[in-house]
Amino acid sequence: MMSAHRDASISPKAPKRVPIGRRVFIGLAALGAAGVVFWASVANFFSGVLGSGLGGLLPGGDRFRIYSITGNYPTVSRANYRLKVSGLVHDPRTFTIEDLEAMPSTSFTKAFQCVTGWRVPDVRWEGVQLSHILKTVGVKEGAVALTFESYDRADTECLTLDQAHLPDVIVAYRMLGAPVTTEHGGPVRLYVAPMFGYKSLKWLSAIKVVDGVQPGYWEENGYPVNGWLDGTTGPTNPDPQLT
Amino acid sequence: MSLAPTMPSEALRMLRFDRVQRSAHWSNALLFGVLMATAIPLYFGSFFGVVLARHVVAEIHLWTGLALPIPIIISLLGSWGVQMRRDVRRINLWTREEMRWMKTLGETPLVADKFNPGQKLNSIFTAASIVIMLATGSMLQWFRFFPVPWRQGATFVHDAFAFAIFLVVIGHIVMALTHRDSLRSIFTGWVSEGWAARHAGAWLKEEQAKAGRTE
Ligand code: HEM
Repeated sequence: MMSAHRDASISPKAPKRVPIGRRVFIGLAALGAAGVVFWASVANFFSGVLGSGLGGLLPGGDRFRIYSITGNYPTVSRANYRLKVSGLVHDPRTFTIEDLEAMPSTSFTKAFQCVTGWRVPDVRWEGVQLSHILKTVGVKEGAVALTFESYDRADTECLTLDQAHLPDVIVAYRMLGAPVTTEHGGPVRLYVAPMFGYKSLKWLSAIKVVDGVQPGYWEENGYPVNGWLDGTTGPTNPDPQLT
Repeated sequence: MSLAPTMPSEALRMLRFDRVQRSAHWSNALLFGVLMATAIPLYFGSFFGVVLARHVVAEIHLWTGLALPIPIIISLLGSWGVQMRRDVRRINLWTREEMRWMKTLGETPLVADKFNPGQKLNSIFTAASIVIMLATGSMLQWFRFFPVPWRQGATFVHDAFAFAIFLVVIGHIVMALTHRDSLRSIFTGWVSEGWAARHAGAWLKEEQAKAGRTE
């Protein structure tokens, strides 16, 4: 009120003024808020209609953000790659990448969903079902869970035995139509389709079958141990085409 | 009275930005600069191979981001913020002529205010983007409190506005470098009355009226 007075006294014949600043400011803020709330449904709608692609056309859409805990990528060549499987198993084994490729392969197209919000739809995955590896080594009585280790010597993960037997939980050696690249966790990584991305440990080096759930790196840092995408306590619809 | 633009007299200069405004502008510019510089490796992480220190970069980005509103809030509050508050009001309120000038992209005649409509729009956009980036950036950081679709939305809005900010800031810098007198005023505070007569006639008249009244 005071200020309106002061303005008026400065220029007595002041022309009528419109609060454009406030309107544009509120308009932009509303646009931002609408984007936060509705973007996901708009993007889903368009990927249904156009068969994806919308996100890819816009800044920030459909793009992997490459994270690494250590600030570095462990580089492991195909030839040197080994996957050690040990713990409560009848036949502890160390697999080469050829061993894994010789097993029955599984491939499907599924989104990679990060817990912080970014998402890459329609990623092609190929590898061997974790359940097949477990069958190969033979799980002993008393086994409850698995722990996973990474060549980066920092990341660890865990799954219950039940989770590990889901059909879309795989040890992946191909991704996006090519061998898994180093930045994506190659040559071999885990892909846990029904859970958030942090469960899909990169640069997989070892699997251990154990008698209790041991929270991994991200879970020690506050993420849920069961990282189900839908926030429930279990998968609501395991992919029918895989069962 | 005729105002020869060449007259370089001390007496004929006008204070366009006081010390508080200049400090606020440059603190804000510094924070934007750091945010934009750190945003590049965050966005293109996989591109340049600079992921090496992604978490360090992200930490700098976060803390700089949280500090972003501070200079402007401080400059607006308190007794030192009189000029700042007056200019906010000035930027908010537009005459019909200003609206027409903006719509025609400068084709219609205008006796400009202290800031022309383009400059006003730049300030309004900057203010809005601070609020939007702060809100969406906080959602990226404290994502646990938000449903997954909102996290996706926040990521998208943060990226989309970052893109717009880059365009606007580059435009702002180009305009500054091509308008030396305006540029000097954000360093020194002063413009000549001649400059005001040419570029900010309405402001000049207003200041003269004020001076006349107080004498
Ligand atoms: C000039 C303003 C800003 C610009 C241009 C900017 C830009 C960006 C960009 C491009 C990214 C990368 C996102 C991606 O990978 O898709 C990012 C991430 C992020 N920004 Fe900003 N931002 C700004 C302000 C802020 C502010 C004010 C905050 C305050 C909370 C903030 C917090 C974050 C966080 C937490 C991330 C995620 C970092 C990560 O991936 O670990 N940003 N920002």
